[in-house]
Amino acid sequence: MNRPHMHALAPELETFAAEPYYQPVGRELELFAAAAQKKLPVLLKGPTGCGKTRFVEYMAWKLGRPLVTVACHDDLTSADLVGRYLLAGEETVWLDGPLTAAVRAGAICYLDEVVEARKDTTVVIHPLTDTRRVLPVEKRGELVRAPDDFLLVVSYNPGYQSVLKELKQSTRQRFIALDFDYPPAELEAAIVARETGIAGEIAAQLVKIAGLTRNLKGQGLDEGASTRLLVHAGHLIAAGVAPREACQAAIGRALTDDGDSVASVDDLIRAVF
Amino acid sequence: MPSSDAGRLGGEELGARLDGIFSFDVSSGRSYQELIDALAPLPREEQEFALHWAQVAARTHLEIAYLAVLLLPQALRRLSRRQAEAWLVAALEGFDRSGLRTAVVRLRDIEGFARGARGEVLALQDVDARLGRFLQGLSGRGLRVAAAEAAWTDTETVFLPPAIAVASREAGAERYKAIAALLWAQARYGTFNVDLDAALAAGPGRDAALAWLALLEALRLAARLGHELPGLRGELAVLLHDLPPQLDSARVPLAAPQAGVADSLEWLRQHPELLASPPHACAWLGALRPDEARRLRDARIRQQAEVLRLSVAELLESLREEKAASQLDLEADAERLEVKVMVDGQELTLPPEGLAAAQSLIQDLGEIPPELLVAAGEAPWKPADKPGSGAGATMETRADLLLDEWDYRRRAYRRGWCHVYLHTVGGDDLAYVPAVRARHAPLVRQLRRRFEAMRGEDRTLRRQADGPEVDMDALVEAIADRRGGAEPSPRLFCRRQRDERSLAAAFLVDMSGSTEGWINDAEREALVMLCEALEMLDDRYAIWGFSGWTRTRCDLYRIKEFDEDYGVDVQSRIAAIKPRDYTRMGPPIRYLTRRLLGEPARHRLLVSLSDGRPDDFGDDYRSQYGIEDTRQALLEARQAGVRSYCVTLDRNGPDYLKHMYGPAAYSVLDDVRKLPLKVAEIYRKLTI
Ligand SMILES: Nc1ncnc2c1ncn2[C@@H]1O[C@H](COP(=O)(O)OP(=O)(O)OP(=O)(O)O)[C@@H](O)[C@H]1O
Ligand SMILES: [Mg+2]
Repeated sequence: MNRPHMHALAPELETFAAEPYYQPVGRELELFAAAAQKKLPVLLKGPTGCGKTRFVEYMAWKLGRPLVTVACHDDLTSADLVGRYLLAGEETVWLDGPLTAAVRAGAICYLDEVVEARKDTTVVIHPLTDTRRVLPVEKRGELVRAPDDFLLVVSYNPGYQSVLKELKQSTRQRFIALDFDYPPAELEAAIVARETGIAGEIAAQLVKIAGLTRNLKGQGLDEGASTRLLVHAGHLIAAGVAPREACQAAIGRALTDDGDSVASVDDLIRAVF
Repeated sequence: MPSSDAGRLGGEELGARLDGIFSFDVSSGRSYQELIDALAPLPREEQEFALHWAQVAARTHLEIAYLAVLLLPQALRRLSRRQAEAWLVAALEGFDRSGLRTAVVRLRDIEGFARGARGEVLALQDVDARLGRFLQGLSGRGLRVAAAEAAWTDTETVFLPPAIAVASREAGAERYKAIAALLWAQARYGTFNVDLDAALAAGPGRDAALAWLALLEALRLAARLGHELPGLRGELAVLLHDLPPQLDSARVPLAAPQAGVADSLEWLRQHPELLASPPHACAWLGALRPDEARRLRDARIRQQAEVLRLSVAELLESLREEKAASQLDLEADAERLEVKVMVDGQELTLPPEGLAAAQSLIQDLGEIPPELLVAAGEAPWKPADKPGSGAGATMETRADLLLDEWDYRRRAYRRGWCHVYLHTVGGDDLAYVPAVRARHAPLVRQLRRRFEAMRGEDRTLRRQADGPEVDMDALVEAIADRRGGAEPSPRLFCRRQRDERSLAAAFLVDMSGSTEGWINDAEREALVMLCEALEMLDDRYAIWGFSGWTRTRCDLYRIKEFDEDYGVDVQSRIAAIKPRDYTRMGPPIRYLTRRLLGEPARHRLLVSLSDGRPDDFGDDYRSQYGIEDTRQALLEARQAGVRSYCVTLDRNGPDYLKHMYGPAAYSVLDDVRKLPLKVAEIYRKLTI
């Protein structure tokens, strides 16, 4: 019988042949490169959909290292990161988890939304993030030493409102922190235009809508529209959907289920398109 | 309307005009003759009206334009000019939303539109919450919405007509939005940036001058808005139909992108003949009352400047170790409401509340004048400042405890300043909670289900598809299955799921006098819902009410202690919560922070419900002082590891909220009816 979960466990090393498009916003390229050179782990802070993942992909390309991405969730165990024994026939075989695989390969390991992981899971990264730079694989009694090229990058969204999901001081103080936010209007419009192929003017209008919704944060909306949502709207427009409808589907209804809030976002959309 | 036949356009002229709009391809089988026949009998005015709208519609879709011209004569017999416009706009909108078919259906349904067009009245109160959010979106700062006969704004409240009659409710909402946007634009695009009172000579002509100026500003701002928010153009154009023809020559100059209020004033100066009489009333276009607007604007500027100064001072302080003297520059981009803070050439980020203050200032002033920041880095407080009410901490007191209070001017605490008294709410109404529970039974059930799903338990999940441990029982079974020739199950692992909900929560309820009525009712219902839902979890929680009367009487009312059950005592206390005095928020926040720190939980959460601004009797707590103290108390809580969340019922919670709640998360509710559900939902979101 097929066991799909086994395949899911096989760690994926991504390598980037072509340059991913990333538009720098501040000094993040320089800071990241310096951190990588000094083997310091990096923490990316910022709201959802503001370019963190894209940035890491770009840096992996730029530094010529493979990238392993793990989307963290609250069921993620340390075995999911480090690896586990599997049964093959009546034998047991060891399979490296993504973190171990990344360490061995000297890759960039990107733990996306690290606060989502259980606290006892995040602890396994501690010995990797100080001067020891080792990963103990307890089940095998092995200590994997990280090569110079290995780099740990984690991301988290400080806007998260759950009290149960704060990054512990003992974890966060191991990282170089880079702040991300939505880019300034002109850059954001350029990004949306470039990603979707829509005209600059329409992209600028999408960015305007995003700005209006960001004003509603805390007043009906948990978050304003992210760059990602604008890219989605742009794609719909490029596919021939009328701008209003595209925004309603990609922005308004994507942001919230609350009827009043959807209506408010709709009002703002219609003030622009 | 008797209209001169003399000016009527003939077939040839009509053909030429139509050609400019349609330029039919011969192969399309369409001809102008059909259209010419439709328009030829109409009076000139209606012909022009039809050609104008054909042109407008043609920009959207030629088919719509064609059909519109064909149907217009019939529509104009049935509808007023304004209704006909609404009919056309509705068709174009139908196209925008769902394509040509909808547009055609709407155009053909003149009769249906006529029925709808008559007697549809939309009341402001049906849309005021929606308009409030719309304005919040536009400006990023709260603007109140209130009813008044004529539309106008004092820059904090947008006054709108109590009801408007339109073709449909949706069209009414659009109309309100356009009027509200036009009023918001007065503050945003500088109508009050010059002293209008000084600019318009006092005297008998002043009222007329002000009325004319209001219309000129509407003209200028509509152009500006149409540029910034093109989606409003159509509706703004409809509003401007009311403008008297004397202003026609002002349309072009005032539509220039750089036009300012000075240009409106200048145009007025060049047309003194207008001042002889005021223009006819245009209730929708917004009147001007510069004195009131300036009063509020000046107060706001003072307050926001103070917030900005404090933010910048904090920023500088954080740099102080590295640098002694700093060169501070502030660059404001009035178009985008962006600010750059440069210290010695290095760009720094303002905290959100500082940014909000800066943006508010840019909206009011168009820039941030450097002198606003002169005081940066120094505490403006001098020992001679009055110490507030009361004579000092030596006063004898039997308070349960004394708490410090933050004086932002000294940038220091006043030690033992607040006298806190702890009471227990007394009540014997045992019927209240069961009644609320019964009234909202479905809601309570729904909440309980949701909360139940959050319950964490410490247990081992067996027979998992994967997990850190092998499930020996399952493994043995699988091996046995295989040997016996049966398909073995792949679920051979087990996983421990640990309960991570080690959480203590304190709820703080505003019992100030201003909660009288609806708000108090909603607060009590919210507490009932919350308790009903929380019963599903093991979280430890306490509920306290607060009210105050100067720093010597800060009352805290015990409603539920951490280790008390949600039993009849607690239930009767909830029933007995009633409005009392004022809102001094610092002491209750500090007290509950202490209490939370005494709880053996890993996570601590403080949720406060209030109806707005901190306010206390007599002293200056209702000014910046109270905002800063509340902010400081929340900051202390955060530093101590207590997360706070503030729910405010002030829909129009103006700018200060962002600053005051800076260290906490908050949400503003524009509708008290949402409070009961919202509080439970907020708690759920905060702790999943
Ligand atoms: N600076 C940028 N350069 C290029 N593209 C960008 C940039 N910022 C955002 N984008 C666009 O926004 C999209 C979303 O960004 P991304 O997936 O990197 O977000 P994220 O910050 O990782 O979000 P999340 O926290 O939800 O994972 C990208 O796919 C890309 O199209
Ligand atoms: Mg991502």
